[in-house]
Amino acid sequence: MEQGLALHHIGVRFGGLTALDDVSLRVPAGSVVGVIGPNGAGKTTLFNVICGFLVPESGSLTLDGRPLRPRPHQLTRLGIARTLQGTGLFAGLTALENVMTGATHTARAGFLAALLGLPGSDRDERRLRQHALDILDGLGIAGHADAAPGTLPFAVRQRVALARALAARPRLLLLDEPAGGLGAEDIADLAELIRQLPQRAADPCAVLLVEHHMDLVMSVCDEIVVLDFGRVIAAGTPDEVRDDPAVTDAYLGSAVDEATA
Amino acid sequence: MSATRAATPPTTRASHAGSRPWQGRRGSTLLRHLAVALAAALLLVALSYGLEPFRNFQLATVAAYLCATAGLTVLTGLNGQLSLGHGALMATGAYTVALCQNAFADRGVTGGWTLPVSLSAAVLTTIGVGAVVGVAAARLRGPYLAGVTLAVAVVVPALAVTFDDVFNGEQGLSVPVEPPPAALGPYFPYERWQLWVTGSATLLALLLLGNLVRSRFGRTFRAVRDDEVAARLAGIHVARTQVLAFVVSAATAGLGGALLAVLAQSVSPGAFSLTLSLFLLMAVVIGGLGSLAGAAWGAVLLVALPDLTHTLTDLLTLSPAVAQRMEGNLPLAIFGSTLVVVMIAAPGGVQGLLSRLGRALLARSPARRS
Repeated sequence: MEQGLALHHIGVRFGGLTALDDVSLRVPAGSVVGVIGPNGAGKTTLFNVICGFLVPESGSLTLDGRPLRPRPHQLTRLGIARTLQGTGLFAGLTALENVMTGATHTARAGFLAALLGLPGSDRDERRLRQHALDILDGLGIAGHADAAPGTLPFAVRQRVALARALAARPRLLLLDEPAGGLGAEDIADLAELIRQLPQRAADPCAVLLVEHHMDLVMSVCDEIVVLDFGRVIAAGTPDEVRDDPAVTDAYLGSAVDEATA
Repeated sequence: MSATRAATPPTTRASHAGSRPWQGRRGSTLLRHLAVALAAALLLVALSYGLEPFRNFQLATVAAYLCATAGLTVLTGLNGQLSLGHGALMATGAYTVALCQNAFADRGVTGGWTLPVSLSAAVLTTIGVGAVVGVAAARLRGPYLAGVTLAVAVVVPALAVTFDDVFNGEQGLSVPVEPPPAALGPYFPYERWQLWVTGSATLLALLLLGNLVRSRFGRTFRAVRDDEVAARLAGIHVARTQVLAFVVSAATAGLGGALLAVLAQSVSPGAFSLTLSLFLLMAVVIGGLGSLAGAAWGAVLLVALPDLTHTLTDLLTLSPAVAQRMEGNLPLAIFGSTLVVVMIAAPGGVQGLLSRLGRALLARSPARRS
């Protein structure tokens, strides 16, 4: 049985607009797959289908060969975590609490235990704290654990958001424009981090990346899928995609062809 | 892991090395909160002996209001759901306790356990009502949510008038309450007994609420308030969390209303008008939204303000008619203008102001030492 996420012939329409048209792609375990495309190509729609915010009109999803009908709040239980554009951090929670929230589904103590302050609830909290702290430490931002997100530099906030997603111990991580708003140096660090995610010893995870920043996508992805007007116009390794004329057309228009013709 | 850290920008690494290591809370939440509750109980007992009977009664009223404001601050402050209908939830608790106590009295059932049973029944009934309103509330946002809770605030007192064979209309019901137990002696002041009863019920409610707020449920309440999409992606069932917050909040409001009815030994629709709901909301905002201590300030304000305006109108030596009108409307006017001033000057409310002061003092003291 094939490990990983697969989308089969997904179609989504908003009224008369076709947002996704017969899109198929696979994210095998241990790989980094990038989705690129011009604005409005359907990249975010694709993520919303995988997360269950949108139900596709046609096509199906499978996870490890089994059919997947995602609901957003059950994703982490299935081993899928997602970061949001911007950061989507909880402004009223500290960085550490934000990360703890990411592992909510691992909590065992129930409502009654929490209401009565029983030791089970305390144990849960201590374990979550330690887990969250380890992840922040792994990303080199443990020193910001008690800070409110609003007081942190954007690059650190981005990392806290990543830590919150990793706290769920996902097997598949969906990154929605993680380089947005970052400087060149931060992007290089991010690339290094993404490359390591599938290989690391503890909790390795595959990555599906939606990103505008071409250098980042080219440097970290094993495979790239190019969307334009909701259709897959090219797919393959970074080198194959770079040389594909359909991709240059989509990004630069057909002006090159017209000029040479 | 080490390779990941090597990828960290140097600035971040420096700040990590420079800051103190994070320290979590050790020990049992229950024991910590029990200790606080016990200290508060001792203080209440001491006060109940030190204060005159009327002040005892006022303090008991503060305790009753505190149940409602604490529940409301959890709902509105921590979970971000606005409720204009908590006065109606208090009425639900109050009428339930009245019906139960009357049923006990009619059947000649006596004993120290009747009041706790009636109070529990009041909490359970309000939980039921809160669950129904909460399910509707979880589907609504902003002004629509305010609208529905407003409807609840208007409808519930009206129900009491409509079904007057059960609730006795505008007259309301009396709430028979037994005298203090004989073991306390024949001359034990009734007001002191009232403070003991309401104080212990309120402390129990606050203890449970405090535990909950400190647990992961408190965190998910706040996460849902801040960003619903991110909360769902973090594995939180948003609607279920909102209903849970509403039910918890309703339970405490019901207890608060029941305690008020026991204190007044009567209940009528007029006591739980829309104005009460608005007062509750203003009280938690002025006290400091989202903190239980802020809810306590709000409850104190709810009792102190009418008292204050009474003193004020007495000072002005007005004609009786004018004085009566002033007394009726002045609290609302003062409350409203205080709310505006607080929102501008100290959005964190009284509690926010105090904790800012505390932090400033703390920050100064080690600096002085070094």
